[in-house]
Amino acid sequence: MEDLSLYILDIAQNSISASATVIEIFVIEDEEKDKLVLTIRDNGKGMDPKTVERVTDPFYTTRTTRKVGLGLSLLDAAAKACGGSVVVDSQLGVGTEVRAEFGYRSIDRPPLGKMDDTIATLVACNPMVDFVYTHNTSRGTFKFDTRDVRQKIEDLPIEHPDIINWIGCYIREGLNVICGGGNT
Amino acid sequence: MKSLNELEEIRKRALESVNLRKDREGTRVVVGMGTCGIAAGARPVLLAFLEEIKKRNIQDVTVTQTGCIGVCRLEPMVEVYRPGEEKVTYIKMTPDKVKRIIAEHIVNGRSVTEYTIGAEEK
Ligand SMILES: Nc1ncnc2c1ncn2[C@@H]1O[C@H](COP(=O)(O)OP(=O)(O)OP(=O)(O)O)[C@@H](O)[C@H]1O
Ligand code: FES
Ligand SMILES: [Mg+2]
Repeated sequence: MEDLSLYILDIAQNSISASATVIEIFVIEDEEKDKLVLTIRDNGKGMDPKTVERVTDPFYTTRTTRKVGLGLSLLDAAAKACGGSVVVDSQLGVGTEVRAEFGYRSIDRPPLGKMDDTIATLVACNPMVDFVYTHNTSRGTFKFDTRDVRQKIEDLPIEHPDIINWIGCYIREGLNVICGGGNT
Repeated sequence: MKSLNELEEIRKRALESVNLRKDREGTRVVVGMGTCGIAAGARPVLLAFLEEIKKRNIQDVTVTQTGCIGVCRLEPMVEVYRPGEEKVTYIKMTPDKVKRIIAEHIVNGRSVTEYTIGAEEK
C-alpha cells in the first residue's frame, strides 16, 4: 500500500465485513513523542481470543476466495518497518479495535495520503454505516461525524454525489488547518 | 471555511433534481474493495465513477463496493449490472477507463469489450 489512508480504507473493510454499524477512525500525530497512531474501532461482530491471536498471521483468514488474509499482516509489517507495532483488541459480540503505531519520523513510514478520499469512499459505499473520524496534531483537532451530516440533509441520501463531494472538500479543508498544508 | 450549514442549501438543490429514481430499477456499479483491489487502485476508480456521475448529473446509477471479486492480478475490478442485462466485469481499471465506460456503457448501453474480463482471457 502506498500510504496510510489506504491501509485505513482496507482495515475499515474488515469492520464492514464484520457488520459494524459505527466505525470510528482516529489519527494521532504526536511529533513530540515521534509517534503516529492509527486506530480503527468498530461495533461489529468481534472475534474470540484465539482468532485475535492469529489475526496478523497472513495464513489466517475467514475469507473463501483465497487462502491468505493480507490486510492486517500488511499493516503489521508496515508498522514494524518503522519501529512500531499493531495491537488488535476484540470481543465477540462487542466489536474490534485495531491500533497501529508508527515512528513519526521514520524514513520508512508511508505518508498519510488522502484521508478525504478514504472517508468519501467509505461513506459513498456504505451509506447505512456511521463513520466518525478524528484527527489530532499539535495544531489542533479535526472531527467529522456522518451523524451530523445526516441531521442536516434529512431525507436526502448521504450517498448522493453532491454530498459525497462536499464531505471530501470539508475534510480536505479541515485537515489543511491542522496539518498546516504540509504533507505528513 | 466550510460549515455543516451549507448542507441545507445542497440538500434543497439536490432534491429539486432527484426524481423518478425510485420508480425504475437503475444501473449498479460495484467496485471490488479487497486488500489487493485497494492496493491496485480501487479507490481512485470508485471516486472517478462518482465524479463522472456528478458531472453529467446522471440519475438512477448507484455505486457500491464488494469485499473482493476474486482475481487478484486483474484488480481493480468493477462489475456493471444493467437491469435485464447480463453482468459485465471490467478488469485492471483506471480512472481513464471509467470515463469511457460511463460514456459508452452507462449512458449508451454498449459495453467496452476491450476492458472486459472476456477480452483478457482470449
Ligand atoms: N474488525 C474485525 N471484526 C471481526 N473480524 C475481523 C476484523 N478484522 C479482521 N477480522 C478477522 O481477521 C481475518 C484476517 O483479516 P485480514 O484483513 O488480515 O484478511 P482478510 O480480510 O481475510 O483478507 P484481505 O484483507 O486480504 O482482503 C478476517 O478474515 C476476519 O476473520
Ligand atoms: S482482493 Fe484480491 S482478488 Fe479481490
Ligand atoms: Mg481485510
